[in-house]
Amino acid sequence: MRIDPFLGNSARQLSRLIVKVAVVLLLGGFLAAMLVRQAPGFGVDEEELDSRLNQQSVQALRRAHATEENAGRFYLSYLGGLLHGDLGVSLSLHQPVRKLLSERFPETMKSVALGLAFGWTAGLALAMITVMFRLWLVDLLTTLLASLLLCIPAAALALLFVLTRAPGRLALGFIVFPKVFSYARNLLAKSAALPHVLTARAKGLDSIRIMAWHVLPVAGPQLLALAGVSVSVAFAAAIPIEVLCDLPGIGQLAWKAALARDLALLVNITMIVTLITLVVNAAAEFAGHPHTSSKP
Amino acid sequence: MDRQRSLMLRCLLLLTMVMGAMANAQTGSQLRFCIGSDPKTLNPLLVDDDASDTVRYLTGGVLMRLNRSTQQMEPELATSWQVSRDGKSISFVVRHNVHFSDGTPFSIEDVAYTIEQLMDPSLHSPTGDAFRSGEGKITTRILGKDQIIVTFPAPIAGVEKLFDQVAMMSAHSTQKEKAVLGPYYLAEDKAGYYLLLKRNPNYWKHDSAGRQLPYIDSVRLDIQQNRDIELLRLLRGEIDLIDSLDAEYYDKLAAQAPKMVFDAGVSLDAEQMWFNQVPGSPLPAYKKAWFASTNFRRAISESINRDDLARVVFRGHARPAVSWLSPANRFWFNARLTAHPFDPTAAKKMLAQDGFYLQNGALHDHQGHLVEFSVITNAGNKYRERMATMIQQDLAEIGIRLNVVTLDFASLIERITRSFDYEACLLGFVNNDLDPDSQMTVWLSSGENHIWNPAQKTPATAWEAEIDRLMRTQASSMDVNKRKQAVDRVQEIAWQQEPFLYLVNKDAMSAVSTDLHNVHPVVLRPQVYWNIEQLAKGREGPDH
Amino acid sequence: MKIVRVASILFLTVIIGAALAANLIAPASYAHQFRDLPDAAPSSHHLLGTDELGRDRFARLLYGTRVSLTLAPFAALLSALLAGLIGGTAGFVGGWYRSFVMAATDLFLSMPWLFLLITVRALLPLNISPLASVVITFALLGCLGWAGAARVICAEAQVLRNSEFILMAHATGSSGWRLLWRQLIPNLRPVLFAQFWISVPIFILTEANLGILGLGVAEPLPSWGTLLGELENLTSLTAQPWRLVPLVLLIVTVSCFHLVLQKEELWTVNEV
Repeated sequence: MRIDPFLGNSARQLSRLIVKVAVVLLLGGFLAAMLVRQAPGFGVDEEELDSRLNQQSVQALRRAHATEENAGRFYLSYLGGLLHGDLGVSLSLHQPVRKLLSERFPETMKSVALGLAFGWTAGLALAMITVMFRLWLVDLLTTLLASLLLCIPAAALALLFVLTRAPGRLALGFIVFPKVFSYARNLLAKSAALPHVLTARAKGLDSIRIMAWHVLPVAGPQLLALAGVSVSVAFAAAIPIEVLCDLPGIGQLAWKAALARDLALLVNITMIVTLITLVVNAAAEFAGHPHTSSKP
Repeated sequence: MDRQRSLMLRCLLLLTMVMGAMANAQTGSQLRFCIGSDPKTLNPLLVDDDASDTVRYLTGGVLMRLNRSTQQMEPELATSWQVSRDGKSISFVVRHNVHFSDGTPFSIEDVAYTIEQLMDPSLHSPTGDAFRSGEGKITTRILGKDQIIVTFPAPIAGVEKLFDQVAMMSAHSTQKEKAVLGPYYLAEDKAGYYLLLKRNPNYWKHDSAGRQLPYIDSVRLDIQQNRDIELLRLLRGEIDLIDSLDAEYYDKLAAQAPKMVFDAGVSLDAEQMWFNQVPGSPLPAYKKAWFASTNFRRAISESINRDDLARVVFRGHARPAVSWLSPANRFWFNARLTAHPFDPTAAKKMLAQDGFYLQNGALHDHQGHLVEFSVITNAGNKYRERMATMIQQDLAEIGIRLNVVTLDFASLIERITRSFDYEACLLGFVNNDLDPDSQMTVWLSSGENHIWNPAQKTPATAWEAEIDRLMRTQASSMDVNKRKQAVDRVQEIAWQQEPFLYLVNKDAMSAVSTDLHNVHPVVLRPQVYWNIEQLAKGREGPDH
Repeated sequence: MKIVRVASILFLTVIIGAALAANLIAPASYAHQFRDLPDAAPSSHHLLGTDELGRDRFARLLYGTRVSLTLAPFAALLSALLAGLIGGTAGFVGGWYRSFVMAATDLFLSMPWLFLLITVRALLPLNISPLASVVITFALLGCLGWAGAARVICAEAQVLRNSEFILMAHATGSSGWRLLWRQLIPNLRPVLFAQFWISVPIFILTEANLGILGLGVAEPLPSWGTLLGELENLTSLTAQPWRLVPLVLLIVTVSCFHLVLQKEELWTVNEV
């Protein structure tokens, strides 16, 4: 029986991808554990400053982190638990990590999805308009808009949303937008300067057609790469927005875990973010693969 | 006939209004306010954070309660109590016909069970540790249907006040800590969003008219960390109170809604600074010598303009601090003491006594080292950051270079409790307890919280040895006047030696919606809802 | 457009000049606290009023410009160069090397670098000078901020690798580093500029947020980041709109950077 070469190739690529994801994931978890463990303030509990506690209780508080003293041993034990679906227990929040993540993950996914949708729609649309019309006034205004959003601190942006009673999640979109816009504008502009585009313009094709058929496809792989990166940007932006707007997602959880040096939570969150980053970027690469050519 | 009919109609109208008021007060009213985070625990014996303490206060039934307004103990589930002459035991007589929220009857066995659980050393309960006066077991003995004696291995000064924190748990209920005796029970816990407490249908308290308390049907605690957003929500009417308001927000709110803000006066809290005096710390020897010198500490203290700190940083809603006890602690505060004066000239003289000298505007020690050190404080607390910056300018006037370093709290705690890799620290002390006995681990030289030089095997200085003696005296004495004398003397020594440079005592400020009635904000926490059962909402409150 | 570019250059010159001449222009030291005038409104003595400790805002803005305008572009340049080098070589070489580098980049993007920063702070002496602290902070930001752009640059480099002018350069004997340096890097400029332009305000704001770790600018040295931190008190802005001046200045400066650097970059044909 003959195996379709395309299918065989795809299967090989998929298996390589799976191995790559697994290796990077394991490495990511371990590095996160090492970073957190070595950081000052690890194993310290602010409850130690409670003047009611006697010496034995203070010592007990310090011993509570004994299982995490050795990052390597902790990580191996964590991986063992992971095989049984046990993600460990958060020492700072006194709850199973699995429960915390399952409660908060949908919240962050909603925020990230909304943020990306808004950021990309607005960013790409404005970039296309800027490139299509090539008017200095349009370029100036869009530059000022993007600059404004880049320069506003996340805290001020979050508070602005609360003041205007707009959903805090949208603030993510305002953080993603200027980055998408900036890259997309430059990429599209570069593609718009290619010879075949100039030829198409000279032949009288309208701007929209040129953009849709000749500019976008050429910038496709880079835009897809940007899409992959923007997911990481959105997740990173979710942290301050969730903290400031009190949205109970994993961004807020990550911040609390970071302040408390909660090893179990941080390793899990890092691995989730790594997995999402890998999968999204792999998908972006795969989607962009047939288009790695500058031919019109 | 017309007169009779008119009278009947008026009575009917009055009855309708009263019934409406009762109905309104009893059904549908909800109190809403914010807590900074999810409670870490719902076990009342393990409470050690503000959010958990709030839930415990609202749901827990205690044997006796500290009235936050009068600062006196009042009976609750215990109708009476008696402390023995030697201070080693306390007996309670408990109420009859009281039930937990799930209907389980409350009995003397529950008191014994709770205390046994609390005193279990393996539990490491902060509330329980406050009772551990010495080596040996704490025992309970049931004397009858409604009487119990709790015996401690050593006397505990002010023991009755400690029971304000001990919420009774049921020995028999299947709901464990969810079965409560307080005015509310936890009905819903939406992690990250809110907790909903509903009125306890079996709550034993009634008002003078025989109406079951509390007046407000439910309490919703929204999880909200951001103080700006909390203030916005109060102004919009989305929440009803802010229990503890910062100076900046007080002024903002006072400008917009003056009737909503309350300043109950100076609180029990203090902001303070101290120097690292740990002999084994990784500081150079000359710096250790500076910090160990009383003259040096006094000089720094008198170079700090406390009035400016209170006026500029806290906008007048604070006053210069004097001692480790605040003037709000009316009985225990040593009223003979006053805040250290702002006197840079005297400060320079004190430094000169230790051989410090000025050269080109910069202070040097007798070995020629430039006097420069750092002060760490927790990042994100803008009041402390501002105080540190103001102190930086004050010390620059006498030629000292102060570096302000803000750190995240975990890093800061590690430096002050483990590595001792710091020079000076600026932090606040949140004091919820009136009795100075609660600060034993701070003042005993062997204490873990003797923060400038903790866990000493023997007192490093004569004055610390004297403080040890005085604190032990007050802890073992049942004579309140003798205790007062000892505590006054400790305050005097602390004032002279300045292991802590007490900076300011902040005011206790709060904000309340005008829709809330029977509100009497106080200095002790909780400042607003301390009389939660008496609070009422809407126009149909019990006093309308 | 030319007028806009010239105006941008002039503006940047004025800003940089004012920052350099802060000692001469500023009405008071950036650290001096006029304690009788906290939160004062603008006046003839204090052009932008005073902050919550009574410090002259105009003076702090001038000195803060010096710090931020020097160091943020330096850090942005560093991150852009690293992104260009790492992403560019990965895309150009391709194969297993590209896969390895991109996997490392994804890993880099996911790591909680907060703890590295906390550890760096712990290793530095507490009495480090504010200037040294802020230089180290921006250097760290530059070293950590390259990963996102590297991916985009890699994709761009991959496309360029198969482009005609590269093939032609190959055919004429150009290869290796020469090809990379003379042909590839110049054509990556649009993406590198985008990275640079985005990074400047991000690093300024991030520097302020790093204060929570003890990094960033220490008191009393001001920076745009710390001045912008006042915007978190949004509710008082209507009463004190002059607090928006640092934000307006940053927006205009960042826009000017973009307009000056953009030139005709966007509209040129690929160089051969």
